[in-house]
Amino acid sequence: MDGSPVAVMIYFQGVSKSFGRHRVLDELDLHIERGKITFIIGKSGEGKSVTIKHIMGLLKPDKGRIIVDGSDIAEFSRDEARSYRRHFGMLFQHAALFDSMTVLDNILFPLREHTMMSTKDMLVRADEVMEQTGVRQLRGQFPGELSTGEKKRVGLARALVAKPSVLLYDEPTTGMDPLISEMIDQLIVEVSQKETGITSIVISHDLKAAMATSDQIVFLYKGKAALSGPPDDFRQSQDPVIRQFFAGKVEGPMEFL
Amino acid sequence: MVRLPWLARTAFNKIRTQAEQVGAFLLFLAEIAQQALRLPFRRHEIFRQIEFVGNQSLMIILLTGFATGAVFGLQIGGIFTIFRAEGIIGGATGIALSTELAPLVTGFLLAGRAGSAMTAEISTMVVNEQVDALEAMGISPIHYLVVPRVLASMFIMPFLCGLFMFAGIAGVWMIGRLLFNVDEGIFMDKLISMVQSTDIIKGLRKMFFFSFIISATSCRYGLNASKGAKGVGLATTNAVVHTLLLILVMDFMITWMEVRWLS
Ligand SMILES: Nc1ncnc2c1ncn2[C@@H]1O[C@H](COP(=O)(O)OP(=O)(O)O)[C@@H](O)[C@H]1O
Ligand SMILES: [Mg+2]
Repeated sequence: MDGSPVAVMIYFQGVSKSFGRHRVLDELDLHIERGKITFIIGKSGEGKSVTIKHIMGLLKPDKGRIIVDGSDIAEFSRDEARSYRRHFGMLFQHAALFDSMTVLDNILFPLREHTMMSTKDMLVRADEVMEQTGVRQLRGQFPGELSTGEKKRVGLARALVAKPSVLLYDEPTTGMDPLISEMIDQLIVEVSQKETGITSIVISHDLKAAMATSDQIVFLYKGKAALSGPPDDFRQSQDPVIRQFFAGKVEGPMEFL
Repeated sequence: MVRLPWLARTAFNKIRTQAEQVGAFLLFLAEIAQQALRLPFRRHEIFRQIEFVGNQSLMIILLTGFATGAVFGLQIGGIFTIFRAEGIIGGATGIALSTELAPLVTGFLLAGRAGSAMTAEISTMVVNEQVDALEAMGISPIHYLVVPRVLASMFIMPFLCGLFMFAGIAGVWMIGRLLFNVDEGIFMDKLISMVQSTDIIKGLRKMFFFSFIISATSCRYGLNASKGAKGVGLATTNAVVHTLLLILVMDFMITWMEVRWLS
């Protein structure tokens, strides 16, 4: 189950997190490998978003450690945490584009904020990612004028532009029609192949997409990783909870609210 | 007697929550100050906000200022006529306007207009995860969203308050001329001799502090909005109510300090 230690990039060691009395993560252990596509799946409210917020240092664990590239990110100062986050690109569930800016300005934003690049170089880089995500013809439009699928593509372009080493996708296909879902799943794979060495973490409750596109799946259940491994482990698992999730059934050991 | 512990406990908890909120607010203000000193200096964003606040509120400030001066002149004009002192209505209104009415009414207007717009805009960004996106990019929302709004407000709002004073004088001038037949020369004479420049400075200084309170409170309620569909509306209402209260408290404190120490 363990990859070679060098390949492991993100480690959770006994991470617990509660909001009030509600314990969301309960001694969670997981590891995410560099350069791979990892899906974190689980039913909604299971703590998937909370997990990536921990990875980005937006939330701190009550207990346990999160080791990224050898350092414990809980020990970062606020400034260190901010510069640490620049290694990440994140595609939000609803893209979270800035409404007051055009598509191009949205994509340039991370470069303008964090680099000393010349305007010309920024435009070249923006062009590259717009090409890659197929949004070049939208550059002058405002987010309000875009369709959901287009917003996602622009969001992905913005996430990619500063060459992050980790890409996070929060429920990229939830609420999308099947065609757009398919397109986004393809983009995830494409990006992972083209940007060599990039680590992709996808939060999803779409098990089908996870089986088709991931290198590794982490299944969150009751604040723990109930199973973590390549898709084949899931296919073969006899765990009733996983079988139930697989079959998409309401009846079974998994409790629904 | 049995109820006392319960009552004491409730009261204690209430006070503690209040104290915690005040503490959190003070920390927020401290962070604004800290972030304001950081680079980059967001010049364009500041200009955009100045333009936004100015454009949005200019007309209503002028109209309300004019009306306030006129009504105040009408009120005291009736009384001053009894003593044949209608010549000083300009001066008397001028003092009231510059030291108290202008900053207070301007503060209320700007809280309702510019402040609520800030809360609505920022809380919408919270609801749409745009603020999370800033955080995720390693950008402080306080630096990016709050500091430009606060600096712009502290620049433009006292200026609008000054315009309110002018409009108010125009209002009382109209009343004095039309209703009380005050001689133009006497009106101006009394106005200039009665209204000291320190009165005007007091008023603008008050507005300077109000500007900070209006923008900081509005932004804070925006950033703390809850993510549901009701988030924006709730945040906006609460922001306006609390800003108005804070302005009143602050007005009292500033006036009290002026009376105690500065005169
Ligand atoms: N900032 C927060 N404050 C309080 N509760 C939270 C917060 N963030 C998440 N939660 C709670 O944690 C649980 C898991 O949330 P989340 O990780 O968003 O679920 P999902 O797996 O659907 O992404 C939910 O019950 C949610 O209400
Ligand atoms: Mg989520």
